[in-house]
Amino acid sequence: MTVNREQRVTVDREQQVLDRIDRARRRRPKVLEERITMSHGAGGKATQTLIEAVFLDAFRNPQLEQLEDAARLNVGGARLALTTDSYVVSPLFFPGGSIGDLAVNGTVNDLSVSGAIPLYLSAGFILEEGFPVADLIRITGDMREAAAAAGVRIVTGDTKVVERGKADGCYINTAGVGLITHDAAELGVANARPGDAIIVSGPIGDHGITIMLARGELDIEADVESDTAPLNGLVASLLAATDGVRALRDATRGGVATILNEIAKSAGVGVLANEDDIPVRTEVRGASELLGIDPMYVACEGRLVAVVAAEAADKALAAMRAHPLGQQAAIIGHVTPEPPGLVQLKTGFGGTRIVDILVGDPLPRIC
Amino acid sequence: MRFVDEFRDADKARALSAKIAALCEPGRQYKLMEVCGGHTHTIYKHGLEDYLPESITLVHGPGCPVCVIPMGRVDDAMHLASADDVIMTSFGDMMRVPGSHGSFFDAKAAGTDIRMVYSPLDSLKIARQNPGKRVVFMAIGFETTAPSTAMTVLRAAAEGLENFSVFCNHVTIIPAIKAILDSPDLRLDGFIGPGHVSTVIGCQPYEFIARDYGKPVVTAGFEPLDILQSIYMLMLQVSQGRSVVENQYARVVPWDGNPVALRVIGQTMELRPFFEWRGLGFISQSALRIKPEYQRFDAEVLFEVPGVRVADPKACQCGEVLKGVLKPWECKVFGTACTPETPIGTCMVSPEGACAAYYNYGRMNRHRVPEALKVISR
Amino acid sequence: MCLGIPGELIEYLPDRPDLAKVDVSGVKRVINIGLLADDLPQPGEWVLIHVGFALSKIDEAEAAAALAFLEGIGQAYDDELAALQESRIE
Repeated sequence: MTVNREQRVTVDREQQVLDRIDRARRRRPKVLEERITMSHGAGGKATQTLIEAVFLDAFRNPQLEQLEDAARLNVGGARLALTTDSYVVSPLFFPGGSIGDLAVNGTVNDLSVSGAIPLYLSAGFILEEGFPVADLIRITGDMREAAAAAGVRIVTGDTKVVERGKADGCYINTAGVGLITHDAAELGVANARPGDAIIVSGPIGDHGITIMLARGELDIEADVESDTAPLNGLVASLLAATDGVRALRDATRGGVATILNEIAKSAGVGVLANEDDIPVRTEVRGASELLGIDPMYVACEGRLVAVVAAEAADKALAAMRAHPLGQQAAIIGHVTPEPPGLVQLKTGFGGTRIVDILVGDPLPRIC
Repeated sequence: MRFVDEFRDADKARALSAKIAALCEPGRQYKLMEVCGGHTHTIYKHGLEDYLPESITLVHGPGCPVCVIPMGRVDDAMHLASADDVIMTSFGDMMRVPGSHGSFFDAKAAGTDIRMVYSPLDSLKIARQNPGKRVVFMAIGFETTAPSTAMTVLRAAAEGLENFSVFCNHVTIIPAIKAILDSPDLRLDGFIGPGHVSTVIGCQPYEFIARDYGKPVVTAGFEPLDILQSIYMLMLQVSQGRSVVENQYARVVPWDGNPVALRVIGQTMELRPFFEWRGLGFISQSALRIKPEYQRFDAEVLFEVPGVRVADPKACQCGEVLKGVLKPWECKVFGTACTPETPIGTCMVSPEGACAAYYNYGRMNRHRVPEALKVISR
Repeated sequence: MCLGIPGELIEYLPDRPDLAKVDVSGVKRVINIGLLADDLPQPGEWVLIHVGFALSKIDEAEAAAALAFLEGIGQAYDDELAALQESRIE
């Protein structure tokens, strides 16, 4: 069926508008708001803009500009990775874990996906006046066990107390240092190349949905729990099995969709994902449908996204599936040459749509 | 998921797609309007247009209850929320709608007590837990949601709650459809009729469209196969020169609607003589307000509401998008000055707005979709 | 806003006749079934849920009929495709 002239004019005009929008999106980020809003913490567009327009602008240096999960540093001949993360999750205790588990695993994971062996953590606590000591003991117990499971030590820390009402019980910051041993060229999403496979290590959205339901505001019961876990063992297995790993990310705030967009934007490539191939637990799907949320944007706390060269994909997948934390690993899509910077999804229905960067904050205070 | 997955089957979609294409007369263009914002959302979210031949264009209609709220009413709501002892509750969809001085979201950042709820009943819980505060629920939606607000008011009355009220912005669908039909700008061949509104009002209210305007109507479900099947049913009618109302969503929509729902609306609410719709202007008998018997639950009676009419920003072309005259990308500020992050108008900010749906899901050149991805050759 | 999800009715709440527990893909939630008071659904039946209320009962016969129609179209399509393949071979 040929496209008639009127249709062709319309198609051209639409393309002009799409191009104009692309140019607008590439403009230098500016923070337009006068005050911080919850969106700035969601891990989506507002967070990115804040990071680039305020923090990067203030602190600019080559290591920071990488904007990966951990900074890679050369110190006296050794290659180190350094990362930090703060934990403000509410509620503090939830099915599958607590703020303590997140505080250790989250930082271990940021180091692992940077190709480093996680070694030492610091732990800073901001406690609210009136917070039960028994709860603090529970949290630190969780941290001790999580650290043991991950093979790291918490070697230094800090404690501050603020007046009642100035913190929500307990906030934790952990920083972590690790030794980079991965020999191949540095891991980074900018390395993604057309043809690369994108693998996710397991079902998505478990953590975010668990937290949402654990808040108790929604009167929803479901058998879901947080997927918080240390990924260093899984990463080690993967890197030992193949040289073809181009990038690793852990999917936290903003979910898998955010990582796919980071790949596309950073490497200037397209990403094509297959909705049918993305693993999602039935209950997570049910809760998401009920709440009108898209699981692709929901936070995980123990899931890996790997960009792997096409020829290495099968080996990588096998290695992940052989590990307890990667048993449901799946190839969810591929990197494409075109259109650059855009993530497309082949829906279960067979049609195609785009997956944009997250705007707004569907699930606040997730981690 | 039952009653969901079966209606997302790609194989059945291909079959329907072929049948739809076979009904198209060569050289003829067809325009079908989906009234409901929820349908617009489904169409883009599942890439449904990939299954339609070039000659069928889907025109997005005004059935997005957030999209049609004028800026002045948003300002009124913000004014209500600003009182120290007020807790405003609202569905998530309303949080980012821009008024003259920012949105609920901005007000929340500045310290106003505005809370997101998933059900109007959640507002009652908040009212019970905060006896010293006055809870105001921002009620929006077509006839789909009005019964829920009505039931909530009845429940509040039964409990004798004294600190709960509703700021009622419920609108009715038929006057909006009539405004489309009477608009000289549009030549439509048929309507994909509202799905969930019809569970309340039934299918009979649409009969005037088929009878007096000669346009077929098929009330459609919200899964992609539902919409595709409805398009098939419409095209069948068009090709046979018929125009009647048909119910594709019969598993959920009873032909006579929901009598209990209609009863509770009638008990607690009445039609306003007229109401302003963003983009469509003043329409008579098109919106609901709380009845005098329940005025103790009517925020407009309990509070001083400014009621100032605010004109849309000059750059905003939401009105034309809502009427289906402009496609989202044809609006001059689409995607540049007006984005989901920095919305100028409601079509971009509501998840069911046509602009939001197109920006978030559809912003790709369908003609450059790689051959391997194409569903049908177009 | 049009968001309506099908869920299976599990049980009524003993002290509140207008509330029932529904199951959506393993996720359970209590909803108000007051709008279906004229024809209350029984456990095992399916309802359409919207903002915490059951708006309508899902008619399984109609659902089956809709699917049968779609199967029929699908079958006819497969038959046509098969016929097309056969004719090509000749």
